[in-house]
Amino acid sequence: MDFGLSEDQVLLRQTIRRFLDEQCPTSRVRAIMESDSGHDTTLWQGLVDLGVTGLIVPAAYGGSGLELLDLVLAAEELGYAATPGPFLGSSMATVALMEGGDAAQRQRWLPQIASGKALLTIAFGEADSQWDPRAFTTKASGGKLNGEKPFVPYAAIADALIVAAADDDGPGLWLVERGAAGIETTSLTLVDMTRRVDGVRFKDTPATKLGGDRAALQRTIDAGCILIAADAYGGSRRCLEMAVDYAKTREQFGQIIGAFQGVKHQIASLACEIEPSLALYWYAAHAFDRIRDQSPRHAALVKAHMSDLYDRATRDSTELHGGIGFTWEFDLHLWFRRAVFDRSFLGEAAVHRARAADLAGW
Amino acid sequence: MDLSYSAEYEAFRKEVQTFVQENWTDEDRNSAPPPDPRSITFGTLIRTDERATKFRIKAAERGYLYRHVPKRYGGGEQPFDPLKSTIISEELRRSQAPGELMGQGASMLVPTLVEHGTEEQKEKFVRDTLLGKIRWCQGYSEPGSGSDLASLRTRGVLDGDFWVINGQKIWTSNADTSEWMFCLVRTEPEAPKHEGISYLLIDMQTPGLTVRPLRQMTGEADFNEVFFDNVRVPAKNIVGKRGQGWVVSRSTLKHERALIGNSLLSRRTLDGVIMLAQALNLRGQPAIKDPAIRNKIVELETKVLANEYHANRLLTMQARGEEAGIAGLVAKLYGTMLGYDVAKLAMDMLGDRGMLAPGEPSAPAMGMFLTAYMWSLGVLIAGGTANIQRNVIAERGLGLPRDQAASRK
Ligand SMILES: Cc1cc2nc3c(=O)[nH]c(=O)nc-3n(C[C@H](O)[C@H](O)[C@H](O)COP(=O)(O)OP(=O)(O)OC[C@H]3O[C@@H](n4cnc5c(N)ncnc54)[C@H](O)[C@@H]3O)c2cc1C
Repeated sequence: MDFGLSEDQVLLRQTIRRFLDEQCPTSRVRAIMESDSGHDTTLWQGLVDLGVTGLIVPAAYGGSGLELLDLVLAAEELGYAATPGPFLGSSMATVALMEGGDAAQRQRWLPQIASGKALLTIAFGEADSQWDPRAFTTKASGGKLNGEKPFVPYAAIADALIVAAADDDGPGLWLVERGAAGIETTSLTLVDMTRRVDGVRFKDTPATKLGGDRAALQRTIDAGCILIAADAYGGSRRCLEMAVDYAKTREQFGQIIGAFQGVKHQIASLACEIEPSLALYWYAAHAFDRIRDQSPRHAALVKAHMSDLYDRATRDSTELHGGIGFTWEFDLHLWFRRAVFDRSFLGEAAVHRARAADLAGW
Repeated sequence: MDLSYSAEYEAFRKEVQTFVQENWTDEDRNSAPPPDPRSITFGTLIRTDERATKFRIKAAERGYLYRHVPKRYGGGEQPFDPLKSTIISEELRRSQAPGELMGQGASMLVPTLVEHGTEEQKEKFVRDTLLGKIRWCQGYSEPGSGSDLASLRTRGVLDGDFWVINGQKIWTSNADTSEWMFCLVRTEPEAPKHEGISYLLIDMQTPGLTVRPLRQMTGEADFNEVFFDNVRVPAKNIVGKRGQGWVVSRSTLKHERALIGNSLLSRRTLDGVIMLAQALNLRGQPAIKDPAIRNKIVELETKVLANEYHANRLLTMQARGEEAGIAGLVAKLYGTMLGYDVAKLAMDMLGDRGMLAPGEPSAPAMGMFLTAYMWSLGVLIAGGTANIQRNVIAERGLGLPRDQAASRK
């Protein structure tokens, strides 16, 4: 029994942390944020070179053959650094292909994902569907898709989209390549400028059905929930650290504000909530990898829990910084914005709690 | 991350199971004497009858109980191995067999004596304490000294071979049912406050010592006032040296083992809440179908799970010899706040019936939820209040400055 990370996992996390410390200071985050595409190919290639896009890709397809528990460590660090880019959509598309693709589809795409040659994303959620695949209305028939996906991460720059749609057999996954006929993409302005989302409309768009396991759609959403939870944990930890650092330097009434007990207790209460969540999100990732029957429920639980907590961490930290915390110049709002994304995308807390209650059979 | 046990540990589990089967029969299990109110700690019943004692002796001889205590004092004397300890307590719980006693004596006094006691003290007290034959109370808090414990004023003056004690303790749990007290007393009034305290063992039957029960908000009287009027305590009953009492009393902190137990407690209340929500009818359907209640249960269940996984993470850190740091410091606050939230949810669901007192025959679950609700306040205060926990997290965990007043000597 060992409830902790392996040496390799600790090393992996350190490596990514060090890379982001050097390559992704908030000045670069802001530059990417203000660029047109919201995507910095050099930074992304750096992550590819570290093996991030290939972490969970099997060795036979040019990846490292690791598991979600490894990938979430990358997600945590990206969240900690507020790194902009297509990591989430790309990771979910990778899971979708691994679990839902047939041999030929995996052979075609996975090596390109691992090597960074191709960038894929997912087009699942629909307006008012609450991320329940049974409520998706996009239709597939005769190899063509029709429907609308209002929130697709980095659709504008993706080489292919994995689309959730229903045919006569019910909900499943289809792959649409860049430049296919009948795709209309509209870029949206998000609160979180470190992650881009586009609206996509399909009109008789040619698509190939993923030939593997049908459960892949829900599995991919579950993986996404856990990746978001890890991102939120990393972000919460960063907000806490910023509050602690500020409390040790800012002076008022002739002393550092961290000497005021009101400040200390606000910070301690936040730390007390954040600390035990680490084991929770590790467990959710581990369940995804190894304890499959517990996985959907834990994915739902941890998504709801961490999005509440991230919201609190960003708010507390901002409040503890006073006026400077409320400015554009100061970096805290980068995490505040990411917390809004993490809360909304893939379904908000109440949606996942209702799902967890259903899954318990209550 | 590997939640399975290796072959070595699985073999160990089998060994424990066999031992329990052979030594704790159905007859043993079913012959519990009527509950003795004196053996209830924080609402859980612990057997200390003949059969239970016989089992504990055998289990300790096999190395299954009290593993940190040498064999010659009745312990199991085994190398530190939190995984084996976990397996043992899982197996004992599964068979409802007697485990380690958890009271002040076994979990606080014994580790202290093993580390700091004289040979004579260990011989005299450890074995009987581990079997529940000697019960102990903790005489730390005083009317003027709670959170600021080191300011305590109960005086001890050496007179020949005796310490003469004058003063008062308060909130002393089980003082009325204990044979002995371990007590902090000021013996060096000239020294700085942390360096003037000694750790004494006091026979509760000594003349001049009076115990007066205090009724709690729950209605019961588990804690007491204790008055010392020229109480004469043999000089050899000091643990450690004169003026070292503070350091001696802190040594038990190293033996914090309550973490797992702590997460079990909120799990048990939560399971009760879920059963209640399934059984209770609200406007024609089970309460658990109510969206607001479902949402709240899931929210709290998530925290109960986080608490459990966190305890496992701490256990792993211990097993690997890693420093727990802030991860260890948040456990008490997280667990006690959660205990309150879970109990409150039950109270909210009960509606009007939440008013019924424990003991009222029509009270749901024999008033268990109300008891948990009230005790969630007691545990928030006992053993260091929530505010004190926040100080500790901020100061020791995050490196924020120490309280001016608290760091003044
Ligand atoms: C059920 C129960 C069982 C107990 N059993 C025992 C026992 O067996 N033996 C024993 O010795 N004691 C026992 N106690 C006593 C317990 O340890 C004390 O009550 C506790 O340490 C608080 O001390 P106090 O009651 O004097 O409160 P105070 O220390 O006066 O605290 C009052 C309030 O002030 C706050 N406060 C105090 N100092 C600070 C600070 N520096 N920063 C911020 N806030 C502060 C506290 O958090 C609290 O909210 C028990 C208490 C309870 C409730």
